[in-house]
Amino acid sequence: MQAIKDRFNFLFKSTKGLILVAIALCAIISAFFGSLSGPMADLGVKEIIVNTFGIDLVEAEREGRIIMLYHVIAMAVIAIETYIITDMVPMKEHQRVQINSTITFGYLAAIFGGLLFAYWGTSWILHGVYIAGLTLIFFAGCLLVYALWPWREEYKVKNKEYAHSRKGFDMERIAFFATAVVTLASAIFGAVPGSFYGNGFFTFLAENVVREPVKTTLQKSIIGHLHIMLALIAIMCTLIICRYMDFKGILHKIAMPFLIFGAIVLSVGTWLVVPFEGVAHAVIYGGSTIAMLGALLLVIYSWRKIIREGLAEKGYKRGNFFRSTAILLRDPLKFGVTWQMVFMNFTVSGVGIFVAVKLDEIFRKWPFMDEKLILTGHWHILATLTATILLLYYADFAGLKGKARQWFGWSIIIFSDLAFGAVTVYEMKRLFVEEAFQQPVVNITTFLGDIGLVIVLIALAALMIWRLIDLFKKRGRWSQEIHENLESYVEERR
Amino acid sequence: MKNLSIIIFFVLLLTACAPVDINHPAPIFDTGIDPDSWATIPAGEFYQGQFNKEVNLDYEYEMMVTNVTNRQFAEFLNKALNDGYIKISENEIVGYYPGDEFHGGRHEEEITAGDYIHIPLDDPVLRLDFDGTNFSAQSTWANHPMTMVSWFGAKAYCEYYDWRLPSELEWEKAARGTDGRPFPWGETIKRNNANLINSRDPFEEMKSLGSRTTPVGFYNGNTYDGYQTIDSPSPYGIYDMAGNVWEWTSNVYDEQHYRYLRGGSKDVYENYLRIWIRNSAMPSFTSPGFGFRCVR
Repeated sequence: MQAIKDRFNFLFKSTKGLILVAIALCAIISAFFGSLSGPMADLGVKEIIVNTFGIDLVEAEREGRIIMLYHVIAMAVIAIETYIITDMVPMKEHQRVQINSTITFGYLAAIFGGLLFAYWGTSWILHGVYIAGLTLIFFAGCLLVYALWPWREEYKVKNKEYAHSRKGFDMERIAFFATAVVTLASAIFGAVPGSFYGNGFFTFLAENVVREPVKTTLQKSIIGHLHIMLALIAIMCTLIICRYMDFKGILHKIAMPFLIFGAIVLSVGTWLVVPFEGVAHAVIYGGSTIAMLGALLLVIYSWRKIIREGLAEKGYKRGNFFRSTAILLRDPLKFGVTWQMVFMNFTVSGVGIFVAVKLDEIFRKWPFMDEKLILTGHWHILATLTATILLLYYADFAGLKGKARQWFGWSIIIFSDLAFGAVTVYEMKRLFVEEAFQQPVVNITTFLGDIGLVIVLIALAALMIWRLIDLFKKRGRWSQEIHENLESYVEERR
Repeated sequence: MKNLSIIIFFVLLLTACAPVDINHPAPIFDTGIDPDSWATIPAGEFYQGQFNKEVNLDYEYEMMVTNVTNRQFAEFLNKALNDGYIKISENEIVGYYPGDEFHGGRHEEEITAGDYIHIPLDDPVLRLDFDGTNFSAQSTWANHPMTMVSWFGAKAYCEYYDWRLPSELEWEKAARGTDGRPFPWGETIKRNNANLINSRDPFEEMKSLGSRTTPVGFYNGNTYDGYQTIDSPSPYGIYDMAGNVWEWTSNVYDEQHYRYLRGGSKDVYENYLRIWIRNSAMPSFTSPGFGFRCVR
């Protein structure tokens, strides 16, 4: 009994355990429900899953099901980010416990109620459980905002190398706070119009209404909501990596205002989509550019730091190109968290800007289904690359070492990039090959995409199995992690 | 083991690169469904869209039981060219369109009065032959849906015979009948209900060609070279209302120049074959996956 109690305490009370549970649930949900579409459906796996588990797939409810699935996965990711923040960013212990327990109940209720409602018979009681879960997550967000309040004496920076205000308030903490505040507001931006105009009975995917010349308030709100929520999850992830890489110095002092203003301006831009759609786009471009500049400075800092420390460790006074590159690539987990941000520019930001600039000239000449393909790919790639960054970070503090660290890290980096590179070519295939001649391009890109995703999932499964086996050991890693904080992974405390 | 994996990987990669032979042979099947037949859709209410909005079409109309075929379109071209209804201009068949009212909508492109493309003559995917004076359908594809036809071409075809393209509502009612079914034949879809991606029909060759059209009325319960189809008409006996080719509809909406297509095609997954799904394209756009049928 004590053994079970100890494991329970690890999984549901310690930061690392809570993160492990949420990652495992994300992995299981993605693998299970991923089999209902794409190549797995083609191979007949969908039929087996549907029959075995008695899933009720009403055709008219498909969009609603998908929306709930996206929300459920997003809630687990938001919980992961919250656990990391409550551990990394100084706050009172009781605040950390309150926030973590509230969001844990919240996201588990959202998963339980949401998935059962969506896939097993639309029971409105379960829908209530799902809404209650989302409400708890929102409440946990409010608690987080309160706990993150940056203008307290005890949270002033002690080391002046970190970005700070004239009075010494921690700019990174302000960035966490500001991003959390606009995330809450942006959640309302989706929830209120969704329930007021849609009343839960009218569901649509944003990419399906993109060509409608006059969009309703509901349509504009939902399009704004999904864009800003994904962007803010990515910005929060960037802030987490800032702390993980112990970002400081002059670049930190420049980057933090960029990330604060980027998050705020970007959010305001998406809220403006409803009343002032024309102006809103300019504001959004401005906000995203500022935020991306902040992320770029993080990348520059972290790569320089990895190289500098690696050279010092090996006893080199100076590095040439090859030596520095070798050192940069030495640890895939530390390199990967920022490399994936760079790669995001090729497959998400770059593609997005290109499509926006050439929209009327190229993409609106294509049939809607081809434009929709780009939109769907665009945000799937953004979401999944963000997830890989968190996963690489998790693998580091979960204690992956030696060859396992190398294999896991490089598998995630190489094969996720291969998959999303291939998906990007697939989305854009009409640019360079006529419709009737596309099949070889489709074959090669889907083959590479599937290979990439399968290997990423295998690597994730291996990590989860390793942690599962560890739970059966009396003195496994879990028994140490139960007492560990993530702060110990920030190399220099502030 | 490592070398073997690398070899398998590259073999799969190379097989994925097989070139596309547009004229790759295809089987010829007579489906027994007459492309010249029409079905009657009675006046009355029906459930429109994904959320079953009740709509009343207070008039009876007829719809073609199948898509317009290559044979039918070739006959039209010969007659219409002789009549001066359409003409050849720079490797295209073109015809006059009076233009749309321009509203200055966001991304709206103005469509002024003038000649617009009906079909491209130099496109290798066109399944018609032209000897300089006469058009004829290629024998293999004669009973397949006419594709590579623009909205202007589809509209011109129907109007030449004093018919018209169906509106989106007319199309949807003809596909659905009076209940809330998601597919023309009922609640669920199987591979052999319709020509969709990976339907594994005898015309499909996913290694190189991809999915190709099937003859009109193909999914009528017959077996073709061992490929068993399920009889899948709409409640009014209309075939191929889901899959095979997207079908142009007539509506011209304010503040946009796009025209809408319904029914899904050979190139998409099953969820795109649901009755309420819409595709859209510029009216001059032609595609091997776009076809049409008329109403009267």
